Amino acid sequence: MRNTRDTKLLFELSEAGRRAHRLPACDVPERTAKELLPASSLAAAPPALPELSEPQVVRHFANLSQLNMSVDTHFYPLGSCTMKYNPKRNERAARMPGIADVHPYQPESTLQGMLQLLYEMQEYLQEISGLPACSLQPAAGAHGELTALWVAAAYFRDRSEKRTKVLVPDSAHGTNPASASMAGFQTVTVKTLASGAVDMDDFRRLLDDEIAVFMITNPNTVGVFEPNMKAIADAVHARGGLVYLDGANMNAILGIARPGDFGADMQHYNPHKTFSGPHGGGGPGAGPICVAEKLAPYLPTPVVVKVKSLEPRVKSQKDGSTASPALDSPLLTLDYDRPKSIGRVRAFFGNVGVLVRAYCYIRTHGPDGLKRVSENAVLNANYLLSKVKHFLPVPQGDRCMHEFVATAGKLKSEKGVSAMDIAKRLLDYGFHAPTVYFPLSVKESIMIEPTETESKEMLDAFAETLFRVIGEDAELLHEAPHSTAISRPDDVRAARQPMLTYSSKE
Amino acid sequence: MKPESLLFAKTHEWVAVAEEGGQKIATVGLSKFAVEALTDLVFIELPKVGRQVAVGESFCEVESVKAVSDVYAPVAGEVIAANDKLADKLELLSNDPYGEGWVARIKITDETGLKSLMDHAAYQKQCAEESH
Repeated sequence: MRNTRDTKLLFELSEAGRRAHRLPACDVPERTAKELLPASSLAAAPPALPELSEPQVVRHFANLSQLNMSVDTHFYPLGSCTMKYNPKRNERAARMPGIADVHPYQPESTLQGMLQLLYEMQEYLQEISGLPACSLQPAAGAHGELTALWVAAAYFRDRSEKRTKVLVPDSAHGTNPASASMAGFQTVTVKTLASGAVDMDDFRRLLDDEIAVFMITNPNTVGVFEPNMKAIADAVHARGGLVYLDGANMNAILGIARPGDFGADMQHYNPHKTFSGPHGGGGPGAGPICVAEKLAPYLPTPVVVKVKSLEPRVKSQKDGSTASPALDSPLLTLDYDRPKSIGRVRAFFGNVGVLVRAYCYIRTHGPDGLKRVSENAVLNANYLLSKVKHFLPVPQGDRCMHEFVATAGKLKSEKGVSAMDIAKRLLDYGFHAPTVYFPLSVKESIMIEPTETESKEMLDAFAETLFRVIGEDAELLHEAPHSTAISRPDDVRAARQPMLTYSSKE
Repeated sequence: MKPESLLFAKTHEWVAVAEEGGQKIATVGLSKFAVEALTDLVFIELPKVGRQVAVGESFCEVESVKAVSDVYAPVAGEVIAANDKLADKLELLSNDPYGEGWVARIKITDETGLKSLMDHAAYQKQCAEESH
């Protein structure tokens, strides 16, 4: 049952003098803050904090958490986001004291286990991408894009090549042009066709010697593997440019196609999508990148490397600690001696906790398992496509990779029912909505990505519900959802007159 | 202004050309079709007065709850005015796209761009094709 009492603002629940604790009497002489601190350090009035008991606070947050949808509670076919189920064993691994409690300032000799995990993670990511060098530092996918573009810029600077432009297809994630711009490049947009493929005429027209990087998402956002990938990569390389692979959709090609083999010189991973890292919440995240051999010297510093002995580093440590080298295994160290590196992009080794979860996921599946992940992600998407296309057209055709984009364009013009109406109504039936209105190249788009972790029964139930929703009365759909705590927030007012503070209603 | 009297660009801008003191001045706005397709608008970044624009150059941005979209200059020339009223009253764009919702005025320096614009009937046809 929904509890509307305890989900009020904490300030509204507050009662003056209520406490969640009771302290023993003070056993030292009491002195006021005024006696101890200069006036300049004192606040004019105490901060306005809510006064509550512990169960009130727990109930407040526990009830709020139940107003939300998550992969742990609902089917979540949010296209482009790969909302697969995250195995709980990843969480257990990340919480093990030997992993959670190590500190990056410990002597390296005591960090060998963690360094081995990170070293192996570099190797796995290199193997999956077909690119021989890796940096685990970037803190998110978009940060990985930015880091890779800095690497590209350093590479061209080193070669005294002046290249100012980055090509990005119009169906790309918004982070691509944003990263290009932040890295100091000018973004040039390449058109895509209705099929989702790059418009080769437009591409050839725009390709020149000023192009530094072509950023491509493959498979792309409409779930199509770029048919001209090789031709695009060859043309970019012939002009001396680099190809960047936005790894957002790696879930479709693990162990099946390697970006390094189809022409990418660099790529990022989104571990929260592909390798079951935690989604959302504003982070922390990870966006490791892999690059071609010629770009390796420019990667962020440090990287984890194998050495024969830690001697030179141990000697310089003030506490006089010594390494206890295992005789039969090589030692691992952080390599800072990288004169061409772009430097650090993140403290220490990046967000290790996220990398541990991804490492656990990769190790659990192994090479064959990862391939099956992708096979099943693609199979599930195609199965759902084959059902949905009968009542919501799918412009790209009858086959897809890990996701597909249906359109409610006809429904909108004939019945006035929009993609948003359908999405909102699905919430009433206990399904998280698919992504709507992205990509913009498809009208009234509904982007569906079931992922590999859903059963056939769930896919059938979703398709049946979607069919049922489409047949419902338009008025009912316009006002959906009817069962959630908040129905339709005013998006326009929220964007134009945002209230960035909250307080109790007087 | 009546839409029937206007010229339209493929990218959904409308143009009204008038002679002022021997100069051709283009008033530019967004078509009703475009404004409706953009859905609820939240922000507009108007072009700076004095800016030189080429045909097809993005010279203004409108942001809706869905996305940020470029507005492309349908003619080449110098921006001599921007509709500052839109900054506070964006609803003018949706309520009166061909009148008070105009976006900018451009002093035309090169008339070649005008030739690729279409009349209202041709534009209606394009919209009909796009909307299914």
